[in-house]
Amino acid sequence: MKHYDAIVIGGGHNGLVHAAYLAKAGRQVLVLERRHTVGGATITEEIHPGFKFLIGSYLISLLRPQVIQELELAKHGLELLPLESTLVPLTNGDYLADWPDHDMTRRELLRHSRRDAETYEEFSLTMRRLSLAMKPLLDLFPPDPTSLAPRDIEQMARIKGVLGHMQRKDFHTLCRLCTMSIADFLDEWFETQPLKAIKCTSGIIGTFMGVRSPGTGYVALHHYLGEIDGVRRSWAFPKGGTGAFAQSIANAAKAFGAEILENAPVHQVLIKHGAACGVVLEDGREFYADRVISNADAQRTFLKLVPKEHLPDDFLWDIQRFRSASPACKVNLALDGLPTFSAVPKGNEQLLRGSIEIAPSVDYLEQAYDDAKYGGWARKPFMDALIPSLLDPGMAPPGKHVMSLFVEYASSEIDWTPEKKAQFLEVVVDTLAEYSPDLKSKIIHKHIMTPHDIQEVFGITNGHIFHGELSLHQLLFLKPSPQWAQYKTPVRHLWMCGSSTHPGGCITGAPGRNAAMELLKDWSA
Amino acid sequence: MMLRLKTTPFHPRTEAIMQANQWRRWGGYSVASAYEMTHDREYLAMRNACALLDVSALYKYQITGPDAHAFLDRLVTRDISQMQPGGMAYTPWCDSRGKVVDDGTICRLDEGTFRLTAADPNYHWLEENAAGFEVVIEDVSEEIGTLALQGPCSREVLAEVFGDAIRELPFYGIIHLEDDLQVSRTGYSGDLGYEVWVPKQRALEIWDRIVEKGRRYALQPAGIWALDVARIEAGLIMLDVDYTPANKATTPAQASTPYELGLGWSVHLKKPHFVGKKALAREKAEGSALTLVGLEIDHDRLAQEHEKIGLPVHYPFVPWREIVPIFDEQQQVGYATCGSWSPTLKKYLALAQVKPGSSENLHVDIMVDRYRKRFDAKVKKLPFFNPPRKRG
Repeated sequence: MKHYDAIVIGGGHNGLVHAAYLAKAGRQVLVLERRHTVGGATITEEIHPGFKFLIGSYLISLLRPQVIQELELAKHGLELLPLESTLVPLTNGDYLADWPDHDMTRRELLRHSRRDAETYEEFSLTMRRLSLAMKPLLDLFPPDPTSLAPRDIEQMARIKGVLGHMQRKDFHTLCRLCTMSIADFLDEWFETQPLKAIKCTSGIIGTFMGVRSPGTGYVALHHYLGEIDGVRRSWAFPKGGTGAFAQSIANAAKAFGAEILENAPVHQVLIKHGAACGVVLEDGREFYADRVISNADAQRTFLKLVPKEHLPDDFLWDIQRFRSASPACKVNLALDGLPTFSAVPKGNEQLLRGSIEIAPSVDYLEQAYDDAKYGGWARKPFMDALIPSLLDPGMAPPGKHVMSLFVEYASSEIDWTPEKKAQFLEVVVDTLAEYSPDLKSKIIHKHIMTPHDIQEVFGITNGHIFHGELSLHQLLFLKPSPQWAQYKTPVRHLWMCGSSTHPGGCITGAPGRNAAMELLKDWSA
Repeated sequence: MMLRLKTTPFHPRTEAIMQANQWRRWGGYSVASAYEMTHDREYLAMRNACALLDVSALYKYQITGPDAHAFLDRLVTRDISQMQPGGMAYTPWCDSRGKVVDDGTICRLDEGTFRLTAADPNYHWLEENAAGFEVVIEDVSEEIGTLALQGPCSREVLAEVFGDAIRELPFYGIIHLEDDLQVSRTGYSGDLGYEVWVPKQRALEIWDRIVEKGRRYALQPAGIWALDVARIEAGLIMLDVDYTPANKATTPAQASTPYELGLGWSVHLKKPHFVGKKALAREKAEGSALTLVGLEIDHDRLAQEHEKIGLPVHYPFVPWREIVPIFDEQQQVGYATCGSWSPTLKKYLALAQVKPGSSENLHVDIMVDRYRKRFDAKVKKLPFFNPPRKRG
């Protein structure tokens, strides 16, 4: 039997990135994927014939540019189509749009509020400076500030260097933003409801917190750290969907010599003399390696794949209490034509090529959270919608369209029976139809991924899209556990490379890359 | 309807005379770079006859209320406490670090009404700084169209249009005419010139009247390229070109102070508190990091270097706007921000920021065909061109 240098559990995007870096460094790597295809939640699936659905992730912004460059993803098929605008349709027939042009956005905001049009520039500039200062942290392993180990002290000094360049006022704003609710923060800047609401949505994506929950400011900042070709805060749609992006990393990994085995669900990590030495699959096949790296979320890794007796109690307790209740669903619609939105004036249909946010006001968003926080779902959910077939016609048959809807809130604690699923899907469609009267008549097929489905299909605990909440108490050196936040685990030779580790969720490739850097350093040490 | 760039109240006229589709963006408006295929005639009219410019894209704020005068005096660096109705002044205004937020003119339209012009949106800045003052700030940018008539014949033309009152108008004076419009003796060309402030409803009528009377004086509508040549000759700085406004700068070092921009003359440290006073007083005492200079680039050698390789010299007739390093014998001592061939002076001019105390004899690299060569750039007093008729 072949003995590998490393086995990566899970072929999600971070697992693939991780494997590609290890393979590039000359290691023999095997990626084991449960499903019939790699990608994890970074996937495009033809659920209805001819229609490509984004049943998991749907856009790219935070992907580290180094990952694209170092893994030569362009050569391996990655094509990014920039998303140009954000549209908030309102029920009163009006709308608010964020255009791809400064003058146009300013003019649009002037329609709503002179003050906000004026403040917008200052706000954008402030957020740009904050994200500039924060961004280097994405590519660093998070040091433990209580540790006296040289590597931690050195890393702390590096962070001090990064933050030291900040203007004092910006540093104060940063501290406030990270600890405040996004709604409170935005109240200090703007007065227009839909403007505040769209800016708020960055603070709640994937997060089981309301816009008025402290800590959502940080989540918003996290989403501000993205860039496409150096343009900050921009998002792009990968041609062929996020699945095509995952395939490009898989191609890169294979080109560097990694092996990928699909339909290979791992049952358990094999541990010998306190060190991980391989895995056993659910079908009984065993694979051996010097290092085992789990791309699965922390709870799945340590509560399911690693036998408890190998883990210290306090660590287990940290993992058990790791917050991963999820509020997010994914809905896809196959459409017999482009739906019209009553708020979009004739001649402005290009606005449908960007994000469409069902987020008319801050209260609307908070109400959606209130409905769900006791284990229910929002009667009027927040939606981040996209019509991918307008950007990439290959996503649907000619003349037809697909619509991708990221939907919050619907609790992972609901007992998601088929009836409940169907009911919530109706809520989503009914809500959207309030803005698009002809939507229902155009639906050919509809599909929902509830938190439960996300858990069952992708193997993510509670279906949390970030592999656990991006809240202050589980960030940086606390992610996923205070003592084990640098991709290593209490089990020797068992590492982590998924979104439960720093810097967390979204398509970033950063945990996969950072973990590879650390592992390779550790290996050669 | 598609959202596009805004058009000014004069657009129906400017669009009709546009020959080369040379539109550009200015403050969210679509304005002419040049109406003709090249801007030569437009520039020459500005210096030899008169040129009519649509400068409506300027932001305009009306400030009224019992504290309007005191508020503005506190906002800007220049002492405007003695400004009388009919008076006007150019001034920068700064943030508390003494960094320039914007620059423009303030005029006192009557006892309690002031108007401030700016290159960038300033409503938020004005509102913030008006705390504690009893003032009303109105953005009248879109209500008022502005035409600049610049050049030696401008007085004659406007006197024919509006009457002899124009002849009495002093440099930086403003008068009310025909109930609802004003004419000021101001401009951005460094020449004799006027600006006409009209309610947008009357924009076309006023344009037509000026063009009609101007015909005899070879009046020529002109775009931004022509104005840009003139303002470099006049040594007048431009926001976003020669400096980054304080609230757009990502780092403090990117922003500039009035002293650095050659506007020290407009900073009156003796007047009571104004925004940025403390920082500016410190800078005055301790010295500035940079200073504005005019540069005259050795165009003779530029021509020779071209001749050597069998090429005609190529002077920049359309001004360039970019950061170009400036060196002394050893190292970079600053950077130029714009430059142009001056058809009036027959010289190659540039505006630059250099370290104070730098040599008068500096150097700049210029491409000669496909190779970079170093040329002398001599520091010259600004303005390069300052005809007596400007104030006469």
